[in-house]
Amino acid sequence: MAGHKKRGSGTKRGSPAGKRRAGARPALAAQETVSVAVDVNGVSVALDVPADERLLDTLRYRLGLTGTKEGCGEGECGACTVYVDGVPVNACLVPTYQVRGAAVRTIESVDSGELQPFLAHGATQCGACTPGVIMTACWVRDHPELLERHSIRELMAGNLCRCTGYDGIAEGLATALSPGTPSP
Amino acid sequence: MSVLLPDSTRAALDMLAETRGAAVPLAGGTDLLVHWPVRLDDHERTYLDLSGARELRAYQWTDEELVLGGLTTYWDVLTDTRVWTHFPLLTHAARQVGAIQIQTRGTWAGNIVNASPAADGVPVLMAYDAIVVLASVAGQEEVSLADFYTGYKEMRRRPDQLIVAIRVPRRAHAVQIFEKVGQRRAQAIAKVGLAVTRSDAGWRVVAASMAPTVRRCPAVERLLEEQAPVHGPEDFLAAIERDVTPIDDIRSTARYRARVMANLLYHDLRGVCNFIQ
Amino acid sequence: MYRIEGLAKLAGRERYVDDLPLQDFLWGMTVRSPVPRGRIRAIRFAKDVDWREFVVVDHHDIPGPNEVLLIERDQPVLAAQYVRHMHEPVLLVAHPSRDAVRRAVRAIEVVVDPEEPVLDYRKPPRPDQVQYGSDNVFKRITIAKGDVERAFAGAAVVVGGVYETGAQEHVYLETQGMIARLEGDTVVVVGSMQCPYYVLTALMHALKRDEHRVRVVQAPTGGGFGGKEEYPSHVALHASLLALKARRTVKIVYDRGEDLAATTKRHPACIRHRTGLAQDGRLLAQDIEIVLDGGAYVTLSPVVLSRAAIHGAGPYRCDHVRIQGRVMLTNAVPYGAFRGFGAPQVQFAVERHMDVIARRLNMDPVEVRRINLLRDGDTTATGQVIRDGVDRIRLMERAVELCGYHAKRLDHARHNASDATTRRGMGIATSYHGSGFTGAGEVRLKSRVHVAGLAGGRVEVRTASVEMGQGTLTVFTRLAADRLGLAREDVLIAEPDTGRVPDSGPTVASRTVMVVGKLVERACDDLRRQLELGRETRGDTLRDAIRAWHREHRGAELIGEAVYKKPPGIEWDDTNYRGDAYAAFGWGAHAAEVEVDLRTGNMKVLDFVAVLDVGTVLAETLARGQVQGGVVQGIGWALMEECKFLGGAMANNQLTNYAIPTSADVPPIRVVFVETPFEHGPQGAKGLGELPVNGTAPAVLNAIAAATGTSPGNIPLTPEVMLDLLERGAGTAVVG
Repeated sequence: MAGHKKRGSGTKRGSPAGKRRAGARPALAAQETVSVAVDVNGVSVALDVPADERLLDTLRYRLGLTGTKEGCGEGECGACTVYVDGVPVNACLVPTYQVRGAAVRTIESVDSGELQPFLAHGATQCGACTPGVIMTACWVRDHPELLERHSIRELMAGNLCRCTGYDGIAEGLATALSPGTPSP
Repeated sequence: MSVLLPDSTRAALDMLAETRGAAVPLAGGTDLLVHWPVRLDDHERTYLDLSGARELRAYQWTDEELVLGGLTTYWDVLTDTRVWTHFPLLTHAARQVGAIQIQTRGTWAGNIVNASPAADGVPVLMAYDAIVVLASVAGQEEVSLADFYTGYKEMRRRPDQLIVAIRVPRRAHAVQIFEKVGQRRAQAIAKVGLAVTRSDAGWRVVAASMAPTVRRCPAVERLLEEQAPVHGPEDFLAAIERDVTPIDDIRSTARYRARVMANLLYHDLRGVCNFIQ
Repeated sequence: MYRIEGLAKLAGRERYVDDLPLQDFLWGMTVRSPVPRGRIRAIRFAKDVDWREFVVVDHHDIPGPNEVLLIERDQPVLAAQYVRHMHEPVLLVAHPSRDAVRRAVRAIEVVVDPEEPVLDYRKPPRPDQVQYGSDNVFKRITIAKGDVERAFAGAAVVVGGVYETGAQEHVYLETQGMIARLEGDTVVVVGSMQCPYYVLTALMHALKRDEHRVRVVQAPTGGGFGGKEEYPSHVALHASLLALKARRTVKIVYDRGEDLAATTKRHPACIRHRTGLAQDGRLLAQDIEIVLDGGAYVTLSPVVLSRAAIHGAGPYRCDHVRIQGRVMLTNAVPYGAFRGFGAPQVQFAVERHMDVIARRLNMDPVEVRRINLLRDGDTTATGQVIRDGVDRIRLMERAVELCGYHAKRLDHARHNASDATTRRGMGIATSYHGSGFTGAGEVRLKSRVHVAGLAGGRVEVRTASVEMGQGTLTVFTRLAADRLGLAREDVLIAEPDTGRVPDSGPTVASRTVMVVGKLVERACDDLRRQLELGRETRGDTLRDAIRAWHREHRGAELIGEAVYKKPPGIEWDDTNYRGDAYAAFGWGAHAAEVEVDLRTGNMKVLDFVAVLDVGTVLAETLARGQVQGGVVQGIGWALMEECKFLGGAMANNQLTNYAIPTSADVPPIRVVFVETPFEHGPQGAKGLGELPVNGTAPAVLNAIAAATGTSPGNIPLTPEVMLDLLERGAGTAVVG
């Protein structure tokens, strides 16, 4: 951290992840930087990131994928929802090093053709929560079996929205779940 | 921040031993990374990342028990219909942890080690008599979850130990209740949590957000075992007072917490216990 | 019509201030006061930091007056010797690393000799607590109509009540953020805001620069709700001061914790009603006292009080009304604009009070309102004659029918008699909201709009009204396209950039559609006039004419302009608070069905109906969504959103502990528009944005009162309070 004297942690810098040997007793090598190879929206990305970097910051500030938003930094608002290996997570609570070898999908990977029901029902107003909302909604759409036990409103509860009152989102998702329904 | 990246449980235990327990185990990150950018002091620590120890994710069913792994998530449990059938409270609790984005990352073991008095996963595990399996390079040790906590954020886990499994015995339960009272219906932190079970082993009454730790309530359990007539919620208050020590904080009040616990016990058990009128 | 920028937002392509590509810049942060009141004794910089790496700004670095220019000049940009509230800005720090700047802020200690703060606006200050005038009163307003005391003497029944509403946080999903950079000698500020010209004026004043050396550009704004009305001036000033000192670009983006703790909230209010009634339920006299908590500086509080006072009596006919309002200084973080701007507080009080009256008179709450609602030809408390053709009784009846009020009440009576753990009830509230600035405010603003004809034949609408989710882009596009007979694709909306757009006033007060939208239409007309074309010239003919004009006037600008003109017959006396407070009112009726859990005191809204007359609705999906969002914000304010203050600081400044409703907490909100066109509005439209909040909290509380037989008077009504009320079987409201 620039400008500050380090409190010595007795650690040494980044041995690449690939060099670790399974089974053998590893030399104690706490890393301050970690080499990360990750598939982001279908593109292979290789990065050296500080161990304390959040996936949210890597996406936004390192990769320029600013569709993923920060709303709270505490896993409460869901504006930073992305998929890691196919499941929705809050990118503000994921250390980037944890996605080594994983597939990360962000709002930038969503085809705009899928967005029509949400546009028609008014699922977005100010738009700050919207990318996270769409990521969760598309995931629910792709896993309709969840609705056997959960309601749409329960499944969407991890995405706070202060503009819509949630009706536009819930209706957009309901329409997306039943293609062929004419959108009003 | 620096991080240790073991690729197996064995490697994780070795590293933990070498740091003499100074490294902080990190699993789903749903507690440790909250407000991360401004938790500057925590950036100075060394973390032991468990995500490489993939064998810890798996959980198993035997005839006698469900064994959750050290990295089993809420979502793993939520999507298994056998859990719905045999341990419905695990499902109920998992479903009320944060929202999906937390449920997919948060782990049962992490919930135990984070030791929040308001935990959602801990009370139901405790009501099912879960046993915590701790491992270190020196070997394994089992501690009943009910005896696990010794004070606020204090527990019977040595810094060089990891939770590698949680054993939940399979029993026939006549009563299974979980109530979480929060500020809202999702994404809430419990103001009052209550898990109640009854099996051949007897009554288990577990309270969350009522004391420095999630804990069993022996006085309430005794009251239920004795089947003394109960005429209203207030008949639970004396026992509640013996068992727990609720406080006023930014989420609720001591008075509210005690009364709600009494109300929940009374109304939820009224239909199932003939001594509660 | 779909939202113009909707796809960009859904796809995550919209670039908010923190999304803008930026190279070679510094992160800025604010060092704040650790106490609510006191004299700054010292500022200590930790020794283990190499401060040469940082840019540090204090009040000495301010080129102009150390004042955030608004109504008064009492608020400093950076505290110099004295702090008046927790988290008051004292120093600014910048560094290329955001992490480093976070550490640096923690390494600076502001040492303050604390003085006794005022933390309760309801108590008169002790002498050592007086910090404004002789009594800490920022502003008093009195409205008087008829002879209240005489009317009380003739009243069969007098009903009193005290109602309190708490602070509410906006929780726009995008936190405050601003970028300041230097372009030559010009300071350019880009950020999240509702009022580019407020920011410009504040920058010109404190930076001592004319309008040619400052430019303000609004970036797409992730929600405002009033929270980005006056506050962004602070962030813009801070970023600019750092940029000027560093001679580099500076970005400030608040963390949620800082945003919750340090920025404005809805004014807490305590409202006292004393009402004289005839035996049949007619209002004879209304005596109303309104006290608002203003926080530590004047900011916009006098205007909030004004709107509160004007709306204080509710949409009811009463010949004898006295409204006395005051807003008090406290050492709280200054309260500010929030959707409704004083009106939700007073309408919560008057609408709860109508139900208290109904219970006292043993009448149905619907009936009490039916008797007293304003008819055309009646006058409001300020003496404004309402004659807009809206049938306010029919509006309420629509809500009553839609929610199944009468049948539900029977169902609930049966349910409540037999169910062991829940109680259900129905509640009604009416509402109104004046569109645009109060009284002479619009005249003073002199808003201006340009519509430019571009060389290619398209037009560009240039206003300072911003898009923050409420639909400005969509509605202006429609208004201009319809007016000129153009395809919507042929209408562009200019980015609000003070270097390019005229001052069409702030994006506040439900004024954008009605006031600025009307100016858009008139500027379209003026564009045609510039081309010497008649009203009948539309579409392709017009586009051809624009193109032809540009061929003849190469490099010149073709601009239609409109400046605000007061609608005829509107007269307002600002000294005596008499006359036509607003050019038009929107009207609403709200119905709520609730269930209360007797075990936990938890309250759940099962159904909600809002019937609104906002004139012509210009974009149905957007309008409905705005109502639904406003209702849910109102439900949050009523039931769960509580700012917990500890020694003048918000203790629950996390979204985990300041809980707003999730999708699981609210039912579908059913919205019906009754469209009575307003003759001076664009295509007949009035303001919409704030009205939905006004009637929501009282409808919910009235339903809870009906369900439980209690009489709650304060919001937020938390389960903790509800359980107490259930035990005591009474409320806090009734005093007389």
